Amino acid sequence: MKSFLQLWMPSNASTHGGSVDNLIFYIHWLMLVLFVGWGIFFVYTLFRFNRTRNPKADYHGVKNHYSSYLEFAVALIEAVLLIGFSLPFWIQEIAGAAEENTDHDIELRVIGQQFQWNIHYPGKDGIFGKTSPNLVDGTSNVLGLDRSDPNAKDDFSSQGLSIPVNKKILVHVSSYDVIHSFFLPVMRVKQDAIPGISVPVVFTATETSPKDPKKSEKWEIGCAQLCGTGHYKMQGDLVVLEEDAYNTWVDEQVKQALEEGEAW
Amino acid sequence: MVTHESHHDHHHHDEGFWRKYIFSVDHKVIGIQYGITSLIFLLVGFCFMLVMRYQMAWPEKAFITTDQYNMLGAMHGTIMVFMGVVPLAVGAFGNYMVPIQIGAPDMAFPRLNMASYWVFLPGCIVMMLGFLTDGGAAQSGWTSYTPLSVLAGSGKFWDGQTMWLLGMVFLITSSLLGSVNFIVTIFQLRAPGLTFMRLPFFVWTQLVTAFLLLLAFPPLEAAGILQLMDRLAETSFFMPSGLVVSDVVQDQFSGGNPLLYQHLFWFLAHPEVYVLILPAMGIVAEIVTNNTRKPLWGYKSMVYAAIFLGFMSFLVWAHHMYMTGMGTAISAFFQTTTMIISIPSVVILTAFFISLWGGSIRYNTPMLFALSFLPMFGIGGLTGLPLGLSTSDIHLHDTYYVIGHFHYVVAPGTVFALFAGIYYWYPKVTGKRMNETLGKIHFWGSIVCMNLVFMPMFGMGLAGVSRRLWDGGAVYAHAQEVLHLNEYSTWGAFGLIFFQLFFIVNFFGSLFSKEKTDDNLWQATTLEWCAAPSPPLPHLNFARIPEVHRGPYEYSVPGHKTDFSPQTMKETEA
Amino acid sequence: MEIPYTVQPRPDTGVYNGKMGIWLFLASEIMLFGALFSSLILLYIGSPEGLWHDSVSHLSVPFATFNTLVLIASSVTVVMSWASLKMQDLGKYRIYMGLTVLLALVFLVVKGFEYNEKFSHGYFPKTNTFYAVYFTMTGLHALHIIGGVIVNLYLLFPGTKMWETEPERFTNRIECAGLYWHFVDLVWIFLFPILYLML
Ligand code: HEA
Ligand code: HEA
Ligand code: CUA
Ligand SMILES: [Cu+2]
Repeated sequence: MKSFLQLWMPSNASTHGGSVDNLIFYIHWLMLVLFVGWGIFFVYTLFRFNRTRNPKADYHGVKNHYSSYLEFAVALIEAVLLIGFSLPFWIQEIAGAAEENTDHDIELRVIGQQFQWNIHYPGKDGIFGKTSPNLVDGTSNVLGLDRSDPNAKDDFSSQGLSIPVNKKILVHVSSYDVIHSFFLPVMRVKQDAIPGISVPVVFTATETSPKDPKKSEKWEIGCAQLCGTGHYKMQGDLVVLEEDAYNTWVDEQVKQALEEGEAW
Repeated sequence: MVTHESHHDHHHHDEGFWRKYIFSVDHKVIGIQYGITSLIFLLVGFCFMLVMRYQMAWPEKAFITTDQYNMLGAMHGTIMVFMGVVPLAVGAFGNYMVPIQIGAPDMAFPRLNMASYWVFLPGCIVMMLGFLTDGGAAQSGWTSYTPLSVLAGSGKFWDGQTMWLLGMVFLITSSLLGSVNFIVTIFQLRAPGLTFMRLPFFVWTQLVTAFLLLLAFPPLEAAGILQLMDRLAETSFFMPSGLVVSDVVQDQFSGGNPLLYQHLFWFLAHPEVYVLILPAMGIVAEIVTNNTRKPLWGYKSMVYAAIFLGFMSFLVWAHHMYMTGMGTAISAFFQTTTMIISIPSVVILTAFFISLWGGSIRYNTPMLFALSFLPMFGIGGLTGLPLGLSTSDIHLHDTYYVIGHFHYVVAPGTVFALFAGIYYWYPKVTGKRMNETLGKIHFWGSIVCMNLVFMPMFGMGLAGVSRRLWDGGAVYAHAQEVLHLNEYSTWGAFGLIFFQLFFIVNFFGSLFSKEKTDDNLWQATTLEWCAAPSPPLPHLNFARIPEVHRGPYEYSVPGHKTDFSPQTMKETEA
Repeated sequence: MEIPYTVQPRPDTGVYNGKMGIWLFLASEIMLFGALFSSLILLYIGSPEGLWHDSVSHLSVPFATFNTLVLIASSVTVVMSWASLKMQDLGKYRIYMGLTVLLALVFLVVKGFEYNEKFSHGYFPKTNTFYAVYFTMTGLHALHIIGGVIVNLYLLFPGTKMWETEPERFTNRIECAGLYWHFVDLVWIFLFPILYLML
């Protein structure tokens, strides 16, 4: 089952993704067993009890109630999957993110906008500068940064998400216009980006992304929620770097931001 | 058994053409009106999807624009659900069969019944008029999530999204009128002796469905009204502060809550999906018992399961919203209810499977469709499970896996059951039988093509391809390896429409067949076959209200002369 | 053959068709207003501190109290009109039903003044979420009143013909109309404290 489903699924490159995948595997086992079990029963009855073989129907049919055990078993397995896997995971990884706001290595903001993903990096100081919807400008200031705020000086934006490997990343997902859905297939991350609300998401990448990827190897950000005409092309790149490479990249970006800042 | 002298309707008096065929209060005529309208809409909805499937498979041809794609998509969903399947399953089958199956002369409120059709039709027309507006029809999905839907189009009265909302208000009103009527009819007009546990399962499913429509639709009506206010009166029920669209700050909006809309919508839309499936299960129960010539196994547990299903369906709505960022407690609650609601479906399906054991199965066209419902619904239902757990839903939410899941339940599930119903009851309505050969071609072609359309979607969903993509995912790197599946799906859809031609020809052609069927050609036990006269049925259905002496599916009762014991048969006659 | 139980109650359910119908209809109405009340609560929770409170203070409690009394009175008169029919007194029925309609019209006129006052002070549905809720809910309630007025007027004038042919059925109709009318009053009884007094 695992290898069959993995044939289809994108590779997993996050610490928590394995749990998501495992639950998907387990539950598909349950589905397969039920489907094959009843399928065999079904095909056999269709064959065994057709009119020519069995001209006279039996009024009572099956007299035992073994099927109740089966129904009970299904309920039990579902309960195990729910209580044993899904709930603990949600408590730890998803709801935990909100409380663990402090315990992380990198903090970023993700803002959906028709039709691109804008990532707000706080720069070297690690503090997000003030932003305001009134300042948003699609070409020069996608985040609506308030340049008069000293904390905003070294902030920069990027339309792809670049992160270091093996670091705990906290992103605050939100949107400036309509609802989008922030989807990182290889990270097993999905979170609706809802205007007016900011939702924390935590994940850690376990691998770096392919160096010079061909198209089909790129890692990406997808948009999973219909957000208008350009929904289909609201794609961004996800780049996972070694820590050094990441720091170099940030330095470059900050430098550029500061240079641009002179002009403000 | 039917007394054949009673065929003439003594109350018959000449009504004009309008009274008789257009503004009729006869539930049978209204049922047929619903039936024809909804079949046409099913075809329209399907044709929309053919255009979209062509676009998805060969995006480089840019056959339609992205706007057109979104319009067709939103309208496909809306048409299929609200103007196709529900009116056919409830408006047509329910309206026509329920009164006859319970031995009633008509619905409890015949004029209300007429009104419900004549509110339904304008609703459909208003919604379709959206295509004629400048911006085109609604294009925010059948879910019409805010803020997208409020910002869409001109925001004026003459606009696709406004038309969608207005149309929705009509359709909701229509189904409210209808559901009140169904419930009262079933409670009040049952023939003497027809106790609740003697009701055909089909009637039970219609009863539960009517309650769902009655109680779940009003919140959507509220949502529709509020969204209309947001669009036309610039209120901010669903619109938060600080929206920026194309660099323009939308400061007319402040303080609203976009998630409120989703809650109101799914509070309807989840029960709505059980509205799509329950009548289908009812139809399957009628046909399976008739063609296995044995009673339904576990009839009572099925009835309780259906009631429980109806009740629980009000408590699972937020499983469509796991990714909105809900807390643990809420997500735990909805995951639990979702797992619980899968159990009654398992019970019903199990009962169906066990019912087959020991039967004497005859394979005619209605039976083939009814039987194929079981595994097809099975696939659809089982794939609902990974969606029901929020953890596995992280990867699968809003991907083609979801599309695959629900199409297996509604298309080869419900739609097949509806086909089964049409083949089964056609003789009762028209007095003619549909051609078996054409029917079997229709069946085998459809089942192969249906699976060709929807099976690949699970692969695409697992790969993480999002739904509602104009190019079928071509932009995305992670979709590259499964893009070819789009083409299979599309060929499947073209094959599917080809095999529907056999159905359409059969449907109209059989009207002209010379052979007239007798009043109980399937040798069935329920009242519409054993107590109602041959078609065309007179106004008020029966010459005399039948009396009921036994359960609905008394087939092959040991010691009885025939292998079916009609509900009207007294113990002494056996 | 006729549709059974249009007049007499069915023994096992204990009601006639129309009564069951109106109860079911009211159940769906409860869901409609229930959804709106829940929305109100959600929007209230999300609103900035004090915003709703300030807006509420512009509403006129005396107007609304008066209107509450008017509606309660009309609930009484509608019962009286039904009771009059039960006592075979069509004349009294006419008076009480007429009064009911009159009171409803008084309610609408007062509501109209209230709306007008709000508009003239520049308070519109789009002003803030409180006014959006206020106008939508009271507006929808007013629409229900108007619907009731139309039905009652019908029963008062052309509908009375039925009294001659089927008096019992006519009495039942008045009972159903009365149930609906009580419901509309009840909605107001919820709306009044929540919108005017509590927030
Ligand atoms: C008729 C319609 C219908 C039915 C019956 C169901 C049934 C179920 N649905 Fe589905 N669902 C939809 C229609 C339906 N759904 C639609 C339309 C959507 C998408 C809406 C949108 O976003 O646009 C959706 C979406 C949807 C979601 C949201 C997914 C997402 O957006 O991320 C979820 C999540 O919990 C879900 C769960 C379930 C579950 C647990 C069931 C359960 O009730 C299923 C229970 C059934 C079983 C468990 C099967 C049992 C079978 C056997 C035991 C025998 C098997 C044997 C053989 C086959 C031989 N559904
Ligand atoms: C009841 C509901 C229903 C039904 C039956 C169907 C049926 C079908 N659907 Fe649809 N679908 C939805 C409800 C439904 N769908 C919804 C709610 C969505 C989501 C929309 C959104 O994103 O907002 C959707 C989305 C959707 C998508 C995804 C689009 C996207 O994400 O961009 C696709 C893609 O292939 C699709 C395909 C199909 C196909 C091929 C069928 C086929 O199975 C169609 C088969 C049709 C028939 C078999 C009709 C037969 C009728 C006749 C032959 C009439 C005969 C006439 C006379 C006799 C007069 N549907
Ligand atoms: Cu953004 Cu879809
Ligand atoms: Cu659901």
